Amino acid sequence: MTVLAKPVFSHRHLLGIEGLSRPDIEALLDLADEAVEVSRQVEKKRSVLRGRTLINLFFEPSTRTQSSFELAGKRLGADVMNMSVATSSVTKGETLIDTAATLNAMRPDLIVVRHHHSGAVQLLSRKVSCSVINAGDGSHEHPTQALLDALTIRRNKGRIDGLTIAICGDVAHSRVARSNMILLTQMGARVRVVGPSTLLPAGIERMGVEVHRSMESGIRDADIVMMLRLQRERMDGAFVPSLKEFARFYGLDEEKLKWAKPDALVMHPGPINRGVEIESAVADGPRSLINEQVEMGVAVRMAVLEALAQNLPNS
Amino acid sequence: MSTSSPIALINARLLDPASGGEIRGGVLAENGCIVGVGADVTKANVGARTKAIDCGGDIVCPGLIDMCAFIGEPGASHRETIATASRAAAAGGVTTIVATPNTNPPVDGAAVVDYLMRRARDTAKVRILPCAALTKGLAGGEIAEIGLLKEAGAIAFSNGPASVVSSQVMRRAMTYARDFGAVIIHRSEDPELARAGVMNEGEFASRLGLPGIPREAEAIMIDRDMRLVALTLAGNAGGAHYHAQLVTTTLSLDIIAKAKAVGLPVSCATSINHLSLNETDVGDYRTFLKLSPPLRTEEERLALVEALASGLIDVIVSDHNPQDVEAKRVPFSEAEYGAIGLETMLPAGLRLVQAGHVPLARLIASMTLRPAEILGLPQGRLQKGAPADLIRFDPEEPFVVDPARLQSRSKNTPFDEARMEGVVKLTMVAGAIV
Repeated sequence: MTVLAKPVFSHRHLLGIEGLSRPDIEALLDLADEAVEVSRQVEKKRSVLRGRTLINLFFEPSTRTQSSFELAGKRLGADVMNMSVATSSVTKGETLIDTAATLNAMRPDLIVVRHHHSGAVQLLSRKVSCSVINAGDGSHEHPTQALLDALTIRRNKGRIDGLTIAICGDVAHSRVARSNMILLTQMGARVRVVGPSTLLPAGIERMGVEVHRSMESGIRDADIVMMLRLQRERMDGAFVPSLKEFARFYGLDEEKLKWAKPDALVMHPGPINRGVEIESAVADGPRSLINEQVEMGVAVRMAVLEALAQNLPNS
Repeated sequence: MSTSSPIALINARLLDPASGGEIRGGVLAENGCIVGVGADVTKANVGARTKAIDCGGDIVCPGLIDMCAFIGEPGASHRETIATASRAAAAGGVTTIVATPNTNPPVDGAAVVDYLMRRARDTAKVRILPCAALTKGLAGGEIAEIGLLKEAGAIAFSNGPASVVSSQVMRRAMTYARDFGAVIIHRSEDPELARAGVMNEGEFASRLGLPGIPREAEAIMIDRDMRLVALTLAGNAGGAHYHAQLVTTTLSLDIIAKAKAVGLPVSCATSINHLSLNETDVGDYRTFLKLSPPLRTEEERLALVEALASGLIDVIVSDHNPQDVEAKRVPFSEAEYGAIGLETMLPAGLRLVQAGHVPLARLIASMTLRPAEILGLPQGRLQKGAPADLIRFDPEEPFVVDPARLQSRSKNTPFDEARMEGVVKLTMVAGAIV
């Protein structure tokens, strides 16, 4: 990757998309484009983070995000340590701030944190002296997911500005939806959120997006249909009556996809519930970008790590 | 419900609840619909192949729509069946029954709706519209499949005779119902406050030594519901609506009046029993008068009648609840709640007209047009193009209620041997006399 003379990204942490400017986002996406090329070579190893320590601190189970960050760190030459809550002293009653202080004493350069409570990552970032990357906090933000989605869209459509993008399903509980709403509107897209009212947060119409309660109006003439994962515990009558009813009215199948533009593409942050929010025929079909999103995930995380590393002391 | 050759009801007092007006004339029904109505529908005008029935000055109006009746199927055919309920309905001038979902199993799946509609097609003389469960198993914990149930043919959603106690569940149910333009019909009673009681709380209950249910048990739940309607359904354009199934106190009426005044999509009903009877009718522990909600005081009854006349109360229901003899031939506290009412709703209502408390047109509208408007049905109107669901009745012909002659499978009428006026002489559903 290019060694840049001057940092293009001036933030110490990446806690959310909120607060990033359009040039910030574009700089990260440009860096990520280069990281895609690197990752497609046989020799993927770079030395941007040589000597740096990256800690993955996951208070919530995760497969793809954690391994994506691990791979991104290793490709850039960092030493990567994974800490998951099951083996940490958090289960022994240690507070989040004590955990932060303990980890900080080990002098890491970058900490990637996922936590089940909104705002927990921000709290931790104030107690450590290294850079912190939010890998998902509660229902608040998941910035690297939004960046990888943006990268995927930009590479397939050539732009984001002016596209109609429908984010569908459990918007209320989705940090992916929040980060994407902020990023995509910032980049000039027309963003719609689509779902039953029980899965739309209060006041969402004042968040710069169009609100639709039916899939037909919501994905009509969309360029991108982005499905969200519906947690199983929310399907049993609490927020929606049943898996069957949700699939019937809000699940993406080939029939519903006909409402979107003929060249519309389908995305999903994964892991998918086949037959619930998305039919297999669509998830595995020619218009699905789901696997490409995973590839872009590694590239975006390399870009984020590199951008933050440029601002680390002694760099 | 087959269509047959054209039928004309001529020489009648035509009462159209939409206009409130009354004219002399006839109605011509063909292919299930009203094709002619007015002074020009006469024997001379309708043609030879039309069967003309001279009504001799009787009233002809749209068939009644009863928004709350228990019809026994599935699971309680010893109390009532669709066949017996529909015979009782036809005898009482009711052409559409909204069937309550508190059956066994409850109407909480599309398959049960489908079953009911097939049974109705095969055994009913009148229209049976299933009201589905608002929560799974009517347990008040999880939202039922409102979208799928509505697709299957559910006309509305209710939690049966019990309130949804959890405000969170009720909020989410309303929120979800909004997207599907669903009508929620809710019975409002705080179960904790009502739990021990078996009749209206007050002096009369105390004299009888029976535990009472305060009016507040109803009002508290109505008040909560109005706040949740304001939170979830205010301003919706999709037809989602809240209908209070049984309002019996002035406390509740005040709350509903305020909600209506600010434009919330709400309506309410009371039962013919609460308009006709009061707590003293319980008399000597008469279990046929054990109702839920309980019969209230005479002052409350008069207030309900006034609210009906003013239109604050939109709808009158029979709250038809057949109970077999054994369920009522026990001490008052142990008896089941409920009374039958399909066959006596109209003549009992006519008493209010005869007493000068309620105009005839308003009474009929509360059993025809208003239910149709709330449920989005084309019935309830005496107009060209409307379904030919019609009744003919003589509002002054006297009779004595004889339980043995009632069509319902159960005989628990609170009007046992009552003298009434108003006899239904003809009931037509979809253009056919039933």
